Amino acid sequence: MIGGLFIYNHKGEVLISRVYRDDIGRNAVDAFRVNVIHARQQVRSPVTNIARTSFFHVKRSNIWLAAVTKQNVNAAMVFEFLYKMCDVMAAYFGKISEENIKNNFVLIYELLDEILDFGYPQNSETGALKTFITQQGIKSQLTKEEQSQITSQVTGQIGWRREGIKYRRNELFLDVLESVNLLMSPQGQVLSAHVSGRVVMKSYLSGMPECKFGMNDKIVIEKQGKGTADETGKSGKQSIAIDDCTFHQCVRLSKFDSERSISFIPPDGEFELMRYRTTKDIILPFRVIPLVREVGRTKLEVKVVIKSNFKPSLLAQKIEVRIPTPLNTSGVQVICMKGKAKYKASENAIVWKIKRMAGMKESQISAEIELLPTNDKKKWARPPISMNFEVPFAPSGLKVRYLKVFEPKLNYSDHDVIKWVRYIGRSGIYETRC
Amino acid sequence: MLFSLEQELPPVLPHRAEEKAPLLKPCDGTSPPSVLNPSLPSSATNPGTNMTDSKYFTTTKKGEIFELKAELNSDKKEKKKEAVKKVIASMTVGKDVSALFPDVVNCMQTDNLELKKLVYLYLMNYAKSQPDMAIMAVNTFVKDCEDPNPLIRALAVRTMGCIRVDKITEYLCEPLRKCLKDEDPYVRKTAAVCVAKLHDINAQLVEDQGFLDTLKDLISDSNPMVVANAVAALSEIAESHPSSNLLDLNPQSINKLLTALNECTEWGQIFILDCLANYMPKDDREAQSICERVTPRLSHANSAVVLSAVKVLMKFMEMLSKDLDYYSTLLKKLAPPLVTLLSAEPELQYVALRNINLIVQKRPEILKHEMKVFFVKYNDPIYVKLEKLDIMIRLASQANIAQVLAELKEYATEVDVDFVRKAVRAIGRCAIKVEQSAERCVSTLLDLIQTKVNYVVQEAIVVIKDIFRKYPNKYESVIATLCENLDSLDEPEARAAMIWIVGEYAERIDNADELLESFLEGFHDESTQVQLQLLTAIVKLFLKKPTETQELVQQVLSLATQDSDNPDLRDRGYIYWRLLSTDPVAAKEVVLAEKPLISEETDLIEPTLLDELICYIGTLASVYHKPPSAFVEGSRGVVHKSLPPRTGSSESAESPETAPTGAPPSEQPAVIPAQGDLLGDLLNLDLGPPVSGPPLTTAPVQMGAVDLLGGGLDSLPRGDVSGSPAMGGANFAAPPAGTMPANLGAPLGGGLGDLFDLAGGVGTLSGSYVAPKAVWLPAMKAKGLEISGTFSRQVGSISMDLLLTNKALQVMSDFAIQFNRNSFGLAPAAPLQVHAPLSPNQTVEISLPLNTVGSVMKMDPLNNLQVAVKNNIDVFYFSTLYPLHILFVEDGKMERQMFLATWKDIPNENEAQFQIKDCPLNAEAVSSKLQGSNIFTIAKRNVEGQDMLYQSLKLTNGIWVLAELRVQPGNPTFTLSLKCRAPEVSQHVYQAYETILKN
Repeated sequence: MIGGLFIYNHKGEVLISRVYRDDIGRNAVDAFRVNVIHARQQVRSPVTNIARTSFFHVKRSNIWLAAVTKQNVNAAMVFEFLYKMCDVMAAYFGKISEENIKNNFVLIYELLDEILDFGYPQNSETGALKTFITQQGIKSQLTKEEQSQITSQVTGQIGWRREGIKYRRNELFLDVLESVNLLMSPQGQVLSAHVSGRVVMKSYLSGMPECKFGMNDKIVIEKQGKGTADETGKSGKQSIAIDDCTFHQCVRLSKFDSERSISFIPPDGEFELMRYRTTKDIILPFRVIPLVREVGRTKLEVKVVIKSNFKPSLLAQKIEVRIPTPLNTSGVQVICMKGKAKYKASENAIVWKIKRMAGMKESQISAEIELLPTNDKKKWARPPISMNFEVPFAPSGLKVRYLKVFEPKLNYSDHDVIKWVRYIGRSGIYETRC
Repeated sequence: MLFSLEQELPPVLPHRAEEKAPLLKPCDGTSPPSVLNPSLPSSATNPGTNMTDSKYFTTTKKGEIFELKAELNSDKKEKKKEAVKKVIASMTVGKDVSALFPDVVNCMQTDNLELKKLVYLYLMNYAKSQPDMAIMAVNTFVKDCEDPNPLIRALAVRTMGCIRVDKITEYLCEPLRKCLKDEDPYVRKTAAVCVAKLHDINAQLVEDQGFLDTLKDLISDSNPMVVANAVAALSEIAESHPSSNLLDLNPQSINKLLTALNECTEWGQIFILDCLANYMPKDDREAQSICERVTPRLSHANSAVVLSAVKVLMKFMEMLSKDLDYYSTLLKKLAPPLVTLLSAEPELQYVALRNINLIVQKRPEILKHEMKVFFVKYNDPIYVKLEKLDIMIRLASQANIAQVLAELKEYATEVDVDFVRKAVRAIGRCAIKVEQSAERCVSTLLDLIQTKVNYVVQEAIVVIKDIFRKYPNKYESVIATLCENLDSLDEPEARAAMIWIVGEYAERIDNADELLESFLEGFHDESTQVQLQLLTAIVKLFLKKPTETQELVQQVLSLATQDSDNPDLRDRGYIYWRLLSTDPVAAKEVVLAEKPLISEETDLIEPTLLDELICYIGTLASVYHKPPSAFVEGSRGVVHKSLPPRTGSSESAESPETAPTGAPPSEQPAVIPAQGDLLGDLLNLDLGPPVSGPPLTTAPVQMGAVDLLGGGLDSLPRGDVSGSPAMGGANFAAPPAGTMPANLGAPLGGGLGDLFDLAGGVGTLSGSYVAPKAVWLPAMKAKGLEISGTFSRQVGSISMDLLLTNKALQVMSDFAIQFNRNSFGLAPAAPLQVHAPLSPNQTVEISLPLNTVGSVMKMDPLNNLQVAVKNNIDVFYFSTLYPLHILFVEDGKMERQMFLATWKDIPNENEAQFQIKDCPLNAEAVSSKLQGSNIFTIAKRNVEGQDMLYQSLKLTNGIWVLAELRVQPGNPTFTLSLKCRAPEVSQHVYQAYETILKN
């Protein structure tokens, strides 16, 4: 199991050091600094073995988090734990920065003591942790009921929710957040495309509400549609094939496995209900058509057309096209019909920004790139043109069909709950080779 | 993968308490800066934050310790707390604040939980260095364990377990026992982990106190988190006792675990799944039902849960028949979650990809349609890119080769040198793997050569050489292009490849001699690889074009044989020279022989290792692609795991019990470092697998260097003699000792008629005679290691009693022992256990248990034993003679009738007579003495004043020896007649008689 956990700043100075196992000595702290943080070359692996000691690290801005062990630990678990650790810290004090870590070091030690025991991760749900790790100090004043409520929540079956939550207005928000990823050849052939989506829920519900979530999952629709033949034809178009999905731990997985129904008691507040991935029938919101021409040895002509491919009534926002330029670029002249374009020498790219663009439209940019003559035999690698955008629909085609809420003990029904749904599609890695 | 297992940790900087002057070293990123650097600039840049906790990191001034001491003893609570915070901050950055121990411990008695936790943190760090003072804290702990607040009780028991001081652990037992049965689950789950902590400090104590049983009970606890922690603790404890049946997994307990699986936290699910993976279902139905209950976990958001579930499924799938519908359903279910892992954060992607690499090798069918997801993204970290590329090559097939090639070509123009090289190499692998694509691959490679990027060209040439070998006489047209790039090659591997091509196709390259000659100029500066290749290439050239190249070949032969000091090169040079001078035709046949085909797949993990690694999916072993023993110290985690045997429709030969399972398999000796042990490897000493347990006959001592010493024939196979038909083998099913009737009663007539039983009258000695230790290996022959020893036999077990003395000046460690094959199959029954390194002038006494199930080879003399002993310095060989009586078994007493029949049956030419002189004993004493060494007197007769003793003995390999011993009162000389099917042993049996009787 995890033998120790260290947090360093960008210089390699230790901010937090907590050792859980006897086989990890103080020299491990230095070994990681010398061999990884101060290593001359790029990091070649997130797992490093130095003198039979294994170091797992992740970086958040310029902060290094490293877990150390001498055993054959579950590597996936260690990384998941490090991410979780970051989430917990962020939930307590915001951004993970040197400043924040130093300001909260006592809190961090307290958290580390609680969520990692002898190197074994324990309950790390912030909802539960915040009930008893408060930095308010004196705990003994709690009543006996309060104490046992805390401990039963921390260890209990529904560790993510406490009992006795009350809201005057029962309300929930569902966000379907998708990132659409594309790799396209210069000729416009889709090399790979997938959507990775998340359903994020914010719930403000009283009691212990039992929820059931439904979407236009092809398997479910087909199962239900078996009775009425004509409906299958109609809904068949609207349903989507989900390649795979994963759920928040509140979802009853065995029920999903057997009935493909998504039922759960949600944590209070915001949480990620599910993640999913689709690869079929993806709506690609934009198409990028590049044209690169080399004029002699010292000049490049670049023309890029973008086409929006969705309902004209919808508006895409925050559109950004990034056209890479060679390292030996000496000057760039840009002409674009819409938005603003700029050559950014430090990033070796022309960045073209458009605030808004409706569906079924087209826009174009052309640029002349002057090059310095070089002796370098190495050809320019021609990185792909990448794109960023945000659209108000789900490129996978996912639709929320229902979210039913049952709370048998309290007197509010499904109809009393105010529900909101929002769809946002963003670009993931959206690249076109040129 | 870039990691070195053998690198040493840098030494710890000495921290002194009185370190007052701050070390203000600039941090230039290359030299390790001091952790004591006190000026953390961020607080300086943010002056507004001075009032927050970060200030504790900045206070380093003269007399700090003294000031802190004063503050810690302050009456004001706030000031105290501030002071403790400062102490912890100093501790974090590596300053030694242990001098403040008593002052900090004084702050422990407080109702402020935050302060208490800080003090506990301090205690965990320094208690070990101040054990006596740590006792001061015990009272508070014990008191806190009784606190009405469960959070406080748990905190106390959790912290107490982290204090590794013997005296404290004694006090821990009672509170721990209470906490294990606490009414509050939070306390119980903490106590469960505490048992593992205590076990790590004092395993015996945990066993004696019965905590293990309590822990086992917790597996049935009503609270899922308690169950999960109990499972984690038990699994860890079981790992250090591989033989114990601690985690007694049976269908009932498995059911409990599967139920808890649905209810506990994500981490708990991981503990439970990892534990489940060690279970061995009794049949395929049970395996299937477990799989069914585990598959829902594949949809968990936590990648570690998913990977652990994959591990369980991959393992149990082995037991399912491939014809089963469920089997193919399961295969289909595995692909999507594996692909989903690739949308996790890059570090997890890396772990996932390393595992997928294994899964693809074990079951390629799972991901064969998922090639696209492994396409490299421009912004992937380099470690992800390299791993994806590796998997792409493995998945490449005729169906997807076009896409793969297009991708690879793209990658070959990237920036990262390692990645580009790998991509170029991958194109070559594709050509070899998918024949249809070979032509396109070659043309792609030629395009890449045209880029003239140095490392791309070199890599391309190396792979083209392989393509030539795979498809001879197909692509030689490109040779001209390759030759153009001759000058730019500066890496040995590329130069060697190019030279090989020139030599191989010398007849088609007009100026082959010029090309090769150009390399010859700097012959001595080339690496060995290039030199060897050049030598061979020129010889090939000569055989193909003998007329023009005579001078060249003579030149290279003399360079190789006369001017080189590399023995390999010289040897090869001489071989060619001899060949060419004696028989040029034969030379042609040898040098230009048809080459064997090269394999399509490379870098495949060896199947047994692969199976073992599948059992470690998700763990570090699967990331390193090495068994845990390669990177885990000590005994932990070195238990070998293996997949369950297939119980498919056709392949159910093995029953589950005979196959090694996850839980009780053999333990690897901890003394042998599995890594970097070149000596062991070179000599093929096969020190790895244990020499104990029943399946020993399947683990023969490997032939190798040791064998060179011996030679000889297998003319004395074990058991051969007693099993021969003439002996009436079945009759010899040795009568168990003690079942013989005490009195045989009726005389049997004949010459031996008045035999009478002696069995009742003979006292039994505890063991056979043991010779004093003799020096077997003098120190001067073994770099300071002196070994003396002897053999003994006690209640059925043979042992080799050794004295190892270190007469060298350096410490010796890593001992191991191995026997060469010998006449009776003697072999160590356990690894040589030298627990601590042997320091100079130290002697250690070891009793090495032996068995006789090793490989058999007849030695001369028969009782010769050749031994190899290894330590950290070298491997040493010696040989010794063992007294035969250590092989005399306890049930060597033959029935009288049998004795008579056998005696007659053995031909007279097999009889040998010996004289035992100067033995003043009488018949009674003789037989009792002999019985101690398992030579049994079956009958005694008095003929003409002489005592005739009829005796029998049996050797470990089943050979019976019958004896007649004539003892004349007053005459110290005895006459011994021996009869045996294998007369070779008689001489040694006689010697055994001599030794036993005279000592």
